[in-house]
Amino acid sequence: MDSSTTWEFFVGHVSYWLFIVLMMTGLYIVVAKGNFVKKIVGLNIFQTSVFMLYISIGKVDGGTAPIYPVDLNIDPDVVYSNPLPHVLILTAIVVGIATTALGLALIVRIREEFGSIEEDDIVEIEQGIARDENERYRNATGNRA
Amino acid sequence: MRHHLILRVITKLLVGTIVLFAFYVQFHGDFSPGGGFQAGVIMAVAFIIYGIVFGLEKVQQVFPPWLVHKMLALGVLIYAATGIVSLFGGMHYLDYGVFSPHHPEHGQHWGILIVEFGVGVTVTGVMVAVYYAFASRPPRMSDEEW
Amino acid sequence: MASETTHHVAMTLADHLPVLQVLVPFVAAPLVVLLGSRKLAWPLAFAASAVAFVISVLLLMRVIDGSVISYHIGGWAPPLGIEYRIDAANAFVLMLVTGISTIVLPYARESIAQEVPQRHHTLFYACYLLCVTGLLGVAATGDAFNVFVFLEISSLSTYVLIAQGSYRDRRALTAAYDYLIMGTIGATFFVIGLGLLYMATGTLNMADIAARIADQGSNRTIHAAFAFIVVGMGLKVAVYPVHAWLPNAYTYAPSAVTAFLAATATKVAVYVMLRFMFSIFKPSFDFEVETLELIILPFAIIAMFAASFIAVFQTDLKRMLAYSSVAQIGYILLGIAFLSETGLTAAIVHLFNHGITKAVLFMGVGALVYRSGGSFYDRVCGLGRSMPWTSAAMVIGGLSLIGVPGTAGFVSKWVLVQAALEKGWWPVAILIVLSSLLAVIYVWRMVEALYLAPAPEGRQATEINAWMLGPIWIMALACIYFGLATDVTLTSAQSAAQGLLGGFTELH
Repeated sequence: MDSSTTWEFFVGHVSYWLFIVLMMTGLYIVVAKGNFVKKIVGLNIFQTSVFMLYISIGKVDGGTAPIYPVDLNIDPDVVYSNPLPHVLILTAIVVGIATTALGLALIVRIREEFGSIEEDDIVEIEQGIARDENERYRNATGNRA
Repeated sequence: MRHHLILRVITKLLVGTIVLFAFYVQFHGDFSPGGGFQAGVIMAVAFIIYGIVFGLEKVQQVFPPWLVHKMLALGVLIYAATGIVSLFGGMHYLDYGVFSPHHPEHGQHWGILIVEFGVGVTVTGVMVAVYYAFASRPPRMSDEEW
Repeated sequence: MASETTHHVAMTLADHLPVLQVLVPFVAAPLVVLLGSRKLAWPLAFAASAVAFVISVLLLMRVIDGSVISYHIGGWAPPLGIEYRIDAANAFVLMLVTGISTIVLPYARESIAQEVPQRHHTLFYACYLLCVTGLLGVAATGDAFNVFVFLEISSLSTYVLIAQGSYRDRRALTAAYDYLIMGTIGATFFVIGLGLLYMATGTLNMADIAARIADQGSNRTIHAAFAFIVVGMGLKVAVYPVHAWLPNAYTYAPSAVTAFLAATATKVAVYVMLRFMFSIFKPSFDFEVETLELIILPFAIIAMFAASFIAVFQTDLKRMLAYSSVAQIGYILLGIAFLSETGLTAAIVHLFNHGITKAVLFMGVGALVYRSGGSFYDRVCGLGRSMPWTSAAMVIGGLSLIGVPGTAGFVSKWVLVQAALEKGWWPVAILIVLSSLLAVIYVWRMVEALYLAPAPEGRQATEINAWMLGPIWIMALACIYFGLATDVTLTSAQSAAQGLLGGFTELH
């Protein structure tokens, strides 16, 4: 492969490269960040990358917006982009909004109950609860268990 | 936000325009980009901006939470009922041809209009409900604590 | 013209069963919210669920002989239109979901009244119905993207349902949040896989995708699609290394929700996995054999042991059962990994049997919690004497979990061992039996706590009422019935397995 085809390969697939970069960025944030809101942000970036993938699929070379003229006088020479992926992604966007809203609502409730939205704090609190429970359990069962 | 005179005046002007634009996007969705999802969000924006500028109580006087609740369900029911009408017409679920048996294309126009209306109602309800749910939460801690 | 519609063909009610299956709970959910009456919410939910169950039975009767029903949404013929496609495999799953949901609802009426504040009851039942709708939609549809949409409907309502446990234990919130993150990553992986499949084949109809993959053979895009779909669904199924969301979600959700989810949600996800692995990607697909043998098989066996081992050391009965669920999913995956008709039959039978077994156990634990206020072993100590009926049902469930002859659990493990021997993998057969011994230990710990341990002083626990006891015993008797009348499940499962392996040969 000479350098010009390498370059074309790179530029021709630019939206896919960006898809991969966005996807990995999002996934990294979800995994690496301890703040619950940041995790949701990461999840959003991750989902957005998928929107990009789908919309790249829908693009047809030289294609225009897939809207027929009102009089339905369709010029056979006009190339239209594929509208289906856009429709699919509209649904996925709605799902993403619902997920984000629900995630944030849960975070509000978590903040109210635990007083924190940092994973470390919450793990500590939950471990504390578990310790107390086990303590109570040991006392209740004696040394039998 | 009592002292933000410019914001309040501009908002009053904008709200009507936003609602009108929402209806345009809703009902012109057959011929141009648009439809229930977009119109619903635009419609909700009108209420949300009103709520941000004039306060939650004011917007809830106009658009009470119980109504938002019912709208969520009503929109979905409009959508489902459209499909059920086709069942009674002896056709497949959501076959809009039932609305105009001799001109299926006209029936499709009617069908998509009604379905998109249902979608619009639900999306407006959902967006406003999300705003109400977050905004009406009494803060238990001061802003500095966050 | 590709967009030809099937007009002027009058249809009867019977023709609409596939869509009514999903439609009935789907309409009931907003109706519950719209009426907004606490008194009407439960009867409506129950009626919708019962009607859906009747529909699923009618559907199963029509497809049990191996025939296929195709329903065109909006009259648009597949592959362009969305198609609901009922064959023996998904009719079986539909019946499991609606059956469990109908039986759990009377139980939920009592237990939810105690566990969830009254002002949330209408929304709770609306969410429950939406969850049922989502699960039924996933099973009924023949359109790959539709699977994703329904999956998210059920998942989103599941997160809400789990979070409702926060009124008893605040950790339900973090459990729901963790599940939301994991579930969304899983669903997004799944949708990336679908995007790649769409790139490679240009269609979303399952049958059409299968046909085109068969035509063009495999390439790297299809390999990637397969990997994304398996990992994505694996997260939803709670395959061993990515099961972390499951124990907390099951432990802290309201009892009725746990019983319903444990019996249906993961099972529907398994069904999707089966559908993709066997009907869309054929077992002849080179990449699949390697995936199953090198990844799914080892993880299934690790799950059987590791999760059972963790279950043995739990001090919380509900959490113990949750880990046992992870282990049991291992058995189902093992059946899939055999890549044979017997293995697949074992997986489907176990999917069903484990569903009813876990429904008994989780409802039983819920009843104990209802009376004693907690599911730790010390709380349930001695309840076998004050709640004899509940405890007896739980023992039956426990026996079925181990796989004692005469219970449903035995049938599936028997077929699983058969499948292993058929393949000549006798070490695997031994491992199945060995891992069952671990189940003996954790079930024994439950029995010991219920019957042998002394009851704490001053606890007043009485037997629960018929609303809760009825569902528990229906499921317990089902465990025994399906353990004795083995051919009922085996025939359906076999015809489902043949349907899956046969793929989409006919129609269109």
